[in-house]
Formats: sequence, structure tokens, C-alpha cells
Amino acid sequence: MSLVELSQVSKVYRSLQGSDYVAVRDFSLEIQTGEFFCLLGTSGCGKTTVLNMVAGFEPVSSGDIRISGRPISGPAADRGVVFQGDDSLYGWLTALGTVEFGLRMRGPPAAERHRKAHHYLELVGLRGQGHKHPSELSGGMKQRIQIARVLANEPQMLLMDEPFAALDAHTRADMQRELKRICRSTGKTVLFITHDIDEAIILADRIGVMHAGPASKLKGIVEVDLGDAERERTHDRFVATYRKVHEMIRDEVAIALQRAQ
Amino acid sequence: MRKSLSNFGFYIVGFASLFLIWYAASAWLVSSVLFPTPWKVLLKAIELALDGTLWDQVSVSLMRIASGFAGGTLIGIPLGLAIGSFGPVRRLLEPYTEFLRFIPATAMITVAVIWFGIGEGSKIFLIIYTTVFIIILNTAAGVSAVAPNKIRAARSLGAGPAQVFFFVALPATVPYILTGMRLAMANSFVTIVAAELVAANNGLGRMIWDSRMYMLVDQIFVALLTLGLLGFTADRLFRWGIYSFAGRFSPVT
Repeated sequence: MSLVELSQVSKVYRSLQGSDYVAVRDFSLEIQTGEFFCLLGTSGCGKTTVLNMVAGFEPVSSGDIRISGRPISGPAADRGVVFQGDDSLYGWLTALGTVEFGLRMRGPPAAERHRKAHHYLELVGLRGQGHKHPSELSGGMKQRIQIARVLANEPQMLLMDEPFAALDAHTRADMQRELKRICRSTGKTVLFITHDIDEAIILADRIGVMHAGPASKLKGIVEVDLGDAERERTHDRFVATYRKVHEMIRDEVAIALQRAQ
Repeated sequence: MRKSLSNFGFYIVGFASLFLIWYAASAWLVSSVLFPTPWKVLLKAIELALDGTLWDQVSVSLMRIASGFAGGTLIGIPLGLAIGSFGPVRRLLEPYTEFLRFIPATAMITVAVIWFGIGEGSKIFLIIYTTVFIIILNTAAGVSAVAPNKIRAARSLGAGPAQVFFFVALPATVPYILTGMRLAMANSFVTIVAAELVAANNGLGRMIWDSRMYMLVDQIFVALLTLGLLGFTADRLFRWGIYSFAGRFSPVT
């Protein structure tokens, strides 16, 4: 069953000079319940725009987006968002307070909030760190807090906008493994934005490759039917999948570079 | 710990050098009754403190600052929040803030005395006046500096508009509000002395003015030192407040 349905979605920005910029045109996609879907694209291809529309941060210019068959109207607790940077964290809250935030907004009693918050802190590997403020945590730990904060709210799906792009290579690899484990144990549906082919293959059940912007849409979808051992960068089947994805995105990278000049 | 101790040491040395230079200047450079030595001023300060005069003047001035400052803060914060949150409110009130903040409180002293008399009314009005705009501006700047992702995150965690305001926008703005209050406090000291010099029956400014009539230069210096000390203490309190609330996370210190 499909959880998310985007049909013929377009997004047009009007600049101050009055000229239109079409970021996304006729974008269609269905994501199944429990699926990990990576949206892969070059910079400026409109992949973040797609995520922002699914999150409800930006309205669609045309077309529609449905969650479980119902059209969305603005952001809501059924779609948890993990941002790339740490500017979405609240510096005045501790890790525990941050993870409890969504529950506090929505009202379950304190005891239940605490129990859930501790559970999810532990799930993301931050047991015993609940008293710390974001400024006392490393980049990787901050992203763990973001993930725990969203999970504690028990949304239907996670929307992740290049959440590991600002981390160093080792922490990133570590976080990818962790996310994979967390998703498996919670069975969450995920829409994950990235420009990194490796990351997409490590994480995804399916990879959607986007055309270069503007007026972008999906170019094609690659099924990633790999077992855990096969998701190592050196494995033959990993490399074969990499070739397939790379073939699809190579021309788009060239076009994006050309347009940037 | 060692670092903070040595920092404290530098502080003490800095202050000590100030008094040393003062001493050198008053003892040798301009040896005159018009420029008392620190020692003489200290003795006078002790004398005035013991007979209660100093405390009377200090408490009068501080009460004026405290009530005006409290008033200005209570008016300024909500207005600043409204200006920062709602475009129409900003456009409506900007003529007031942008125009009035360029008329210094000292220029308003005469008007204040005509309107509110020579007593507390005019002083409190002037302190409110000198406080309110700077707090409005800082608060409004703080609201508009809240990272959009903070608000987006709250919205997708299920927070409604009122919750976003109280649980995200407001706490994120507190460091800016405190910074505004700190600047306003400095303004209050300038304004209260000016107002008391021109028109008052008591207070530290009046004390300076009266001492001048009787050529009590050491008494003037006592008032000056007291002002410096009070201002310094108030500023430290705000810095400490800003640090303990915000220092751990905020770029505003």
C-alpha cells in the first residue's frame, strides 16, 4: 500500500523581478509503507523543494500530495522532519527536553513522555546524555538528537533532508549504519534526500534519480535489492548498482555544471 | 579554574592601575584642591556613607532607575515581540520607534519637567523613554532572527502557532531581550544623572550639582565613583544573566 502519493506536483517561485522560476514540474512518485526511499539529485535539482512540499513547509503550485489517501495541509506531526543543520535544535533545551518536545506539544502525561524520551534516546545511542545541551554535543550526536526527537513523536514517516551531509566521513558512515538499524527496528517509512550515490545505495530500498533543475522531475527509479553484506562499497553487487545509478545521473551532473556556468 | 583566577588577577591589576594613575596625577601632576587624591575621596566616601547621606542619594537615584527601567521593559518587550512577529504592526509602529529613538532622553528633560513636575514623575518618564526604544528594537530583531528551521521543526512536531510562539520564538529571543536591557541600563544611568543635574531635589546628579556650589570637589568624586560602581555592578549582573541563560548556545553575548 502506498503511504505517500505525489501526483503531477509542480512548484513555481516568483522572483522579486516578477519572473517565474519553475523548480519542479509534473513530479509524480509513490512511496510504500515501510519503504526507505532515497531521492538522489545534483545540487539545485529541486529535491529539497520536493521534501519541503511533502513536509507541508511550502504549498504546491499545482498537483497534489496525499498521505494515506488524504491531501496534506501544512506541516503536521504525522511527518517528522530531520534537517541538515543543527539550527533546528533548541539551544535552551537539554537532549531529553528536545526529544520530549513533540509530546509536550501534544499532551500525554509527563511520566509517559519521560519513558518514551528515554527509550528513543537509548535507541539512537544517547543513553545517559539526556542532560546535555546541543552546544555540548558533537555534530553526529546532534543529528542523533534530531532523529530521536522525531521518532519519539511517532510519526507515520520520516523526511530527512541530507541529514548527514555536514558530518565528517567516519561519523557519516557510522550514522548511516545506525539509521539503517533504527529504521529496521521501527519499520518507519522514510523519504531521504541526498546527492551522494554511496549513501543512497547503503540506505535505500529504492532510489529515485532526478533530472537536473530547473523544472525537474524523476528521471528514473533504481531498485536496490541488496542484503546487508552486499551494501559494502567493495562488494560486486554494490558496484553494479553504483554503475546503474551513476549512468543515470552522470548526464544530469554535466547539465547542472553547464547551467551553473 | 586556573585560567579564571588569572583572568581575575588581570582585572584587579587593571583596576589598581586606574587608581594608581589617578593618584599619580592628583599628587604630582595637578596638585590642586580641584583634583582630590583617591585617598581623600575614599575618606569622604566613608564619611558620607556613615552619616547616611550617600545611601539617601543612591537609593533615590536607584529607585528612579528601577521603576523607569521596569516600566520601559514591561512596555518594550510586548511591543518588540509584536513588531517582530507581525508585519502590519511593524509598519504601524516603525514611525514611532524610528523617529523617537533619535530624540535623546536628555533633550526631553525640559518637556518632562513641564509635564510631570520636578519630582519622581518626570524622572520615571525619562527612564522609561530612554529604555523602551532600545528594548523594542532588540526584541524585534531577536524575533526576526529566529532560524526558520526552528519554527518548521516545531510545526512538524505538532506545535500550533501559539505553542511555536511561547516555546520557540520567545525563548530564542530572550538573549536579545537581555542584551537590549543591558544597553538600556547603561542609557538609564546617563539619563538619570542628566535629569537630576537639571531638575531634582535629590539623587546622585543633584549631589554633584550641590557639591559644585560649595566647591566640595571630593564629594563630586564620591558621586562619580558611586555611579561608576553602580553601573558596573548592574552591567555585570546582566552579563551574568545573559551568560547563564544563553551563553551555552547563543551567538549573542
